[in-house]
Amino acid sequence: MLLWVAENRELRTENLQMLALILFLFFGAICVAGAVNLLVQSHPINSALSLIVVMASLAAEYLLLGAEFVAAVQVIVYAGAIMVLFLITIMLLNAGKEERSKGSRVATLLGVPGVVIGGVLVAWTLIHRSDMGNVPIGALPGDPKAIARLLFHQFLLPFEVTSVLILIAIMGAVVLASRPEAIARPHPGVPVSEPERELAAAGKDHR
Amino acid sequence: MPASTQKYGITLSITTFIIISIIKSAAIIGILLTAVAYSVWLERKVSAHIQNRWGPTRVGPFGLLQPMADGVKFIFKEDLTQPHVYKPLYIAAPIIAVVFAITSISVIPFGNWVNVGAIQIGHSPDFGSWGTYLQITDLNIGLLVVLGITSMGVYGVALAGWSSNSKYALLGGLRASAQMISYEVSLGLSLVGVLIMAGSLSLRDIVDAQAGTFWHIIPRWNVFHGQTLAFFIYLISAYAETNRTPFDLPEAESELVAGYHTEYSAMKFAMFFMAEYANMVTVSCLATLLFLGGWHGPIFGPYILQVVLPVIWFCLKVFFFMFVYVWVRWTLPRFRYDQLMAFGWKVLLPFALANIVYTALVVAWRA
Repeated sequence: MLLWVAENRELRTENLQMLALILFLFFGAICVAGAVNLLVQSHPINSALSLIVVMASLAAEYLLLGAEFVAAVQVIVYAGAIMVLFLITIMLLNAGKEERSKGSRVATLLGVPGVVIGGVLVAWTLIHRSDMGNVPIGALPGDPKAIARLLFHQFLLPFEVTSVLILIAIMGAVVLASRPEAIARPHPGVPVSEPERELAAAGKDHR
Repeated sequence: MPASTQKYGITLSITTFIIISIIKSAAIIGILLTAVAYSVWLERKVSAHIQNRWGPTRVGPFGLLQPMADGVKFIFKEDLTQPHVYKPLYIAAPIIAVVFAITSISVIPFGNWVNVGAIQIGHSPDFGSWGTYLQITDLNIGLLVVLGITSMGVYGVALAGWSSNSKYALLGGLRASAQMISYEVSLGLSLVGVLIMAGSLSLRDIVDAQAGTFWHIIPRWNVFHGQTLAFFIYLISAYAETNRTPFDLPEAESELVAGYHTEYSAMKFAMFFMAEYANMVTVSCLATLLFLGGWHGPIFGPYILQVVLPVIWFCLKVFFFMFVYVWVRWTLPRFRYDQLMAFGWKVLLPFALANIVYTALVVAWRA
């Protein structure tokens, strides 16, 4: 159904608009419910799964807005790859249930009014600044060609700078992960085995 | 005014459109599940012949009813749920695996436009110029949809491994997620060459770009048209993505009992089984569409034959890939885990990148 609405988005009829709006609200509700569930759940795995639900329903919203490419990338990259890494980490660390604490007083005193003020500000802006433009559902140009044109013409510099930033993050991760001295002496007093010594030497060579 | 959709030059009301979509979905799910059942039969039969045995022979001619017997057996087996599992995810995992495996077929086109009105068998009602594509839905990002849905399928395996609360299952789940993420990179990159040549992400456009022949003999399929390297990278990565030998480390029985589905029995186990074979079918369909020209092949005869032949060519190509899957499984031994990772990142990935650069240069040169 969702795919069908996306496929027929060039056909602007009243019924289709209505259908798209209903689906949009439906996925919006799922998205918010997932986000709330993410905070409420005490087990990390359940929280991670709620985050996947949030990301998948966001992808559905993008699809309904007409940004099919962004929707697909959202699913492939965020829901399909990054969240799998989250899950692997949680599974590897074997993280257990978190204990419920009473919460800090600072968070209650500053956080709750902050959230209320932020929400009111966003709502006020959206209601009073109608000159920001109204885009009907499905009317945004979201095909791969339009996005590629934006990325490689108008926003080429930010795009390339972001990739350099990611490269730096990768290098940092490699440096952090391959500390030879950590391998050479895992536990003080325990003799280092031959394969571990070789591994440590190999790590030094790489640097 | 009734809402109507003016598409493909004809007018359809929304109700008609939804009815057609439901009929097509039901038909395709039926075909897919039958294909899954009979790929299990194919696997057993081919493996038997490779090992100089007979395979299933007792149930029906050539053991052709064996899949039905297997299905009935799975349904009537005792469904054990161990007391130490994390129940919600333990139950959800096989459902996730099978749902994503079956959904990904929705954008795969099986054949060309069919003009139902032009087919006259006996006293069939007159449909006029009404027709449909042999595909549930055609999206302009069809390929990305398939990749997205299959990339979600890994959760079934990972969660099964974790929620079983058993070390073999956990190791299998971890291996599966690490392996599928690693090989998804080279799988995705191997497709970029095809996309550059077709200039579209729609599977229908990609197939249409492969129409025609070179010198009236060699078909203009991508595998013969500069994408041979990409084809083999895709094939190898696809084997790893579907956890098939020589990449079946997630369920390596000699080390991990049965890997991620160790703790599953009866229909829940069968669902993992179905998901694996449905994924194999999808991957084979994708290979056919992207590299072997989809439904293109020699077409002749009256209109009814012209409608049926493309579907037959498509099915034959998919069958070829399914056969190779089985053939490879019973020929090659399993990789070691470090070999698997090294091969994925140090061999397949550089070759996939080189293929993109080469294809882009050639296309730019010709333009």
